[in-house]
Amino acid sequence: MENFMKLEIAALGENESFARSAVAAFALPLSPSLMELSDIKTAVSEAVTNCVVHAYGRETDAGKIRIECRIEKTGFGGTLHIEITDFGRGIDDVEKAIAPFYTTLKGDERSGMGFTIMQTFMDEFSIESEPTKGTVVKMSKRIGMERTAEIPRAEERERVNA
Amino acid sequence: MRICAEQRDNVLYVRLNGEMDEYSAALARRDADRLAETYAATSERAIFDLSKVSFMDSTGIGFLIGRYKKFQRYGVPVYVTNPSAGTDRILEMSGVYTLIPKA
Repeated sequence: MENFMKLEIAALGENESFARSAVAAFALPLSPSLMELSDIKTAVSEAVTNCVVHAYGRETDAGKIRIECRIEKTGFGGTLHIEITDFGRGIDDVEKAIAPFYTTLKGDERSGMGFTIMQTFMDEFSIESEPTKGTVVKMSKRIGMERTAEIPRAEERERVNA
Repeated sequence: MRICAEQRDNVLYVRLNGEMDEYSAALARRDADRLAETYAATSERAIFDLSKVSFMDSTGIGFLIGRYKKFQRYGVPVYVTNPSAGTDRILEMSGVYTLIPKA
């Protein structure tokens, strides 16, 4: 059976750390490298922060963030699929929003690099947004693929040594 | 995130310890700016030591550039040292190193 998990959390800043740690922990059966884990945590942190800061703003009643993950096994490694959904105000101009250094909150020390980091650190990235309805970010990362190439070589070495 | 400072031979070492994200950055900003106000006038340069930073997302870019601007008011150049591989990639791709070089 394909492994999956679904998590619903309040869009609060204190959940940013929990959300990225939970997704990273879910990915552990794929034996990710430290760098792969760090990439996943960073991408999730960016997406969840967007929900907290932009989707619901600083309203007193925090909205909901839904995080769904799925592992697709392939050989020694696999692919981690992550979907992060909010039900907030949505993005008017997605193309503008994902451009590097673009931010709507200039005075806030925001870098505008969130989406660029998600795109760079993950293998696949897509976003769908509808104003007043919310936003869905989908990201995938292939994990452990380098080792699939290394393992046969190690076995070969053993055969040569034996 | 905990922040502490040490001044040695007119160099201010600002050590960050913990996770830097949108949530933890608010306090980190306040603490770092207090250190700037206390030590900047007597420092020739400030070095942000990231060796104990266990996690940093794009919040770190805004944080570092904000502190760079703060120290700039005192004419004190800012450097970073010991970023993790992940942090290094974020700072590199966002061009932070052009303002705040690696020490």
